[in-house]
Amino acid sequence: MKSDSTEPEVPGQDTGNTAVLQPEDWSRRNSHLKVLEEEAIFIMREVAAQFERPVLLFSGGKDSIVMVHLAEKAFRPGKFPFPLMHIDTGHNFDETITFRDDLVRRTGARLIVGSVQESIERGRVREETGPEASRNALQTVTLLDTLKEHQVDCALGGGRRDEEKARAKERFFSHRNAFGQWDPKNQRPELWSQFNGRKNVGEHFRVFPLSNWTEMDVWQYIAAERIPIPSLYFSHRRKVFNRRGTWLDNSDFITRYPEEEPVEKTVRFRTIGDATCTGAVLSHASTMEEIIAEVAAARVTERGNRHDDKRSEAAMEDRKKQGYF
Amino acid sequence: MSQELDSDFVKRSRAVTGPEAEATAEHAAEPAAEKQTAANTKRRTAATEPEKSGVAIPDGVDPEYLNMDLLRFTTAGSVDDGKSTLIGRLLYDSKSIFEDQWEALETTTRNRGDGPVNLALLTDGLRAEREQGITIDVAYRYFATPRRKFIIADTPGHEQYTRNMVTGASNADLAVILIDARKGVLTQSRRHAFLSSLLQIPHLVVAVNKMDLVDYSEERFREIVEDFKAFSENLDVDDITFIPISALNGDNIVNGRENMPWYKGATLLHHLEHVKVGSRKNPNDFRFPVQYVIRPDQDYRGFAGRVVSGDIQVGEEVTVLPSRESTRITSVETPSGKAGEAKTGESVVLGIEHEIDISRGDMIVRKHNVPNANTGFEAVVSWMNKEPLQIGKSYVLMHTSRSTPAMIKDIRYRINVDTLHREESDALNLNEIGRVEVETAQPIFWDAYKLNNATGSFIIIDPDTNVTVGAGMIRSKSTSAFEGERAEEQERSATRRKKQNGSNVVWEPWNIGRTEREEQNGHPAHVIWFTGPSGAGKTTIARSLEHKLWQEGRRTMLLDGDQVRHGLNSDLGFGQADRKENIRRVGEVAKLFFEHGNVVLCSFVSPYREDREAVRALFPEGRFTEVYVNADPETLQKRDPKGLYRKAKAGEIRQLTGYDAPYEAPGEDVLHIDTDVTDAGEAVTRILEELDL
Repeated sequence: MKSDSTEPEVPGQDTGNTAVLQPEDWSRRNSHLKVLEEEAIFIMREVAAQFERPVLLFSGGKDSIVMVHLAEKAFRPGKFPFPLMHIDTGHNFDETITFRDDLVRRTGARLIVGSVQESIERGRVREETGPEASRNALQTVTLLDTLKEHQVDCALGGGRRDEEKARAKERFFSHRNAFGQWDPKNQRPELWSQFNGRKNVGEHFRVFPLSNWTEMDVWQYIAAERIPIPSLYFSHRRKVFNRRGTWLDNSDFITRYPEEEPVEKTVRFRTIGDATCTGAVLSHASTMEEIIAEVAAARVTERGNRHDDKRSEAAMEDRKKQGYF
Repeated sequence: MSQELDSDFVKRSRAVTGPEAEATAEHAAEPAAEKQTAANTKRRTAATEPEKSGVAIPDGVDPEYLNMDLLRFTTAGSVDDGKSTLIGRLLYDSKSIFEDQWEALETTTRNRGDGPVNLALLTDGLRAEREQGITIDVAYRYFATPRRKFIIADTPGHEQYTRNMVTGASNADLAVILIDARKGVLTQSRRHAFLSSLLQIPHLVVAVNKMDLVDYSEERFREIVEDFKAFSENLDVDDITFIPISALNGDNIVNGRENMPWYKGATLLHHLEHVKVGSRKNPNDFRFPVQYVIRPDQDYRGFAGRVVSGDIQVGEEVTVLPSRESTRITSVETPSGKAGEAKTGESVVLGIEHEIDISRGDMIVRKHNVPNANTGFEAVVSWMNKEPLQIGKSYVLMHTSRSTPAMIKDIRYRINVDTLHREESDALNLNEIGRVEVETAQPIFWDAYKLNNATGSFIIIDPDTNVTVGAGMIRSKSTSAFEGERAEEQERSATRRKKQNGSNVVWEPWNIGRTEREEQNGHPAHVIWFTGPSGAGKTTIARSLEHKLWQEGRRTMLLDGDQVRHGLNSDLGFGQADRKENIRRVGEVAKLFFEHGNVVLCSFVSPYREDREAVRALFPEGRFTEVYVNADPETLQKRDPKGLYRKAKAGEIRQLTGYDAPYEAPGEDVLHIDTDVTDAGEAVTRILEELDL
């Protein structure tokens, strides 16, 4: 969708190259944000040291943007020693792809793209049809295929334990069997700062350096570090329609029910994923501070607007067992 | 830019003007939303004050938020004790539950016909648990108040209890142990307390729950407190706080004090908000396990890792283990740029002066403060796998950034976690704990867990399955069974002493740092340690040197044996143990004067090398100079300024150093002054040359 002229300015963009950020006042303080940053950096270095072919899963969402920022800090003055991997459903917001390509250019990182469209064309998965169709579930196959193709032994993800119940028990180092599956009842205990990344050939790990962060921490960190993020996170005018209480983008990728009439609203996104299942919230928050204020006052979790979680109470757990992010 | 920065309340009101205004306003009217924590009240007050101007803060960063610190705590207790309800209550009362979570909770409760909304359901994450109604694994929960962010490691109460609690406790600053007021201190309460002590959790909260079911009886509460205190006597726990609560009703959780007016202490949340964090860190012993080598080009080679304890400054001399090669720190790269020092907990990249081969698993330490480096030690191991621990099997041990093949040579005994009795055993089963002897293929660099959690802990991996099967805490060097018992007795008496000496001792940084004091004084602080037998001339030289320094305008202090033995150390004799304690105390006093920015001159016989090295280790590299003063035995006995040699000869005193007690002379690298051929004036000149103050 075309962004119009009223689009708010993205804070931090004018700071230019984030790689030469001056140390902020907060960064040497004993604040919890610093503790979280240190922890995440420690985990990323551990991944670089313990695995042969790690990748950083990049979705274009704020969590994965923070991940890239942390990766840059973790290996400074060197470059981070792993490529970015984007699982592309083909149903993207334009801003996401532009942002991704700019980031790749700036960091000089290698980008691997796994395309759901290709998976469909090759007959690996069958496209859902009708108004409820989503490529969200299909991503899992593309993800696992792409990991296999590139012999990835560790995929760094931006998942946080506060996002959802099933994630509360996720480890930093989460083991996946040869089928890419998670066994929640048989997880390795994690103690002190010891992370066991040993595995057999064909198995891999998902590693979540942001495990202990909350949505609020992520926003505060973005603000403190002045990390540029896509304008979709800031309020803007957009054609949307309402489906069971969720505002969805009036996108070519979604088939609307006859009664679903697109209307123009002032909205922003709290999470950014596949355009067909990422709900917008009505919001006038057009600056960082307003977003933070909104998060502080929010009465609904981020994922509360994720269409895909609403299918059943244990929806997330089921998908994770299949090898979802 | 910073118009609305100050207060959450302003932000909230702004949010209410948005399109979601109706919804938000509706929820604000909920009774739950009206319940204010003390902290929230503070925010409201702040909103009425004018914005402080002139503070440069990046967009949207809430200064309060950047000042929040982090407390990790664990909760111990079974479902029956109301643990999940307590956590649900903390989340609910601190408003960390979102609307959709609350709705899901209501739906589930309704479907199960549980009656009122079941707060416990909030924390039961996995489907299997929901089906069985029990939690089976460690789950992490988050909530925050304006003061502090909290991470709860919620450990289940039933099966696999020990394994889970050990896991949850390994990083906790505090443990909440729940006791059902009706049932009192049970076997499992003892187990919880023992595990907390084993893992060295610095703070313990005993929450006596379900007070509503015992009519809020103060007497019942006191009874439980006494019971708990009686058995925790033998545990190594510094700080225990008792709080009577009702998780179900919210009594003494966030507020709700009216039902127990006799209780004058803090509510649980207030205590959690104010307890000291970071007590697990060891600020003294610099340990830097190398995690990863960063080499972007031919010109730069840096060693990435976390400073797990102590700190280091650019320019300091260091030793690399296992090679024991020496070099100097030339740069500290933090994630936010270059710095002059690296502090405990920071993930940094260190640059060094020399081309030394260093890789992952090596450790960088201070030259005179080196951990144990060997392949044999004793540890307490918690076993976490269905396959029992086998003596002699080849496992993999992960310790700091090092992995090495290892085996358990012997199980000294198993500890019954319920009775705390020692039992003979030749295997450890799932959830069992035992003291074992470990042998590793490559040396590891360790300190006792009690002194340094980071370098005293390890995990055991089964190479056949790659699974983490055990967790260990290092106790001591490998010993024979007999020595082992002696070592344990020493550990126990150290624990007792620590308790007598007052609990809850926490390291605090100096209010005014030494660097600032040195700046004001115009000279660096330093310690000069004179060692040597009685009559060698230590004090004469020290006095003369102090005068000289004083005249030059330096702040000085002179400590000598006679002074401290009359006051501070009047309780000590001249046996080896007492001499050791004498020197230890003097070292600590010297450290205080040093931190005050003084040049401290210490004149002590200090016959044992080990004791002198222990003092040296208290100070940064290059700030401690040892001076060995000696003369011919004949000269000493002729001088005999205090008449000690005469008394010793007459048999009036024993254990006079250099007469009938040993003196361990320092090595070649220490400045040696022979007062047979050097007078005090010359000695002073030589010392000043050496010092280059």
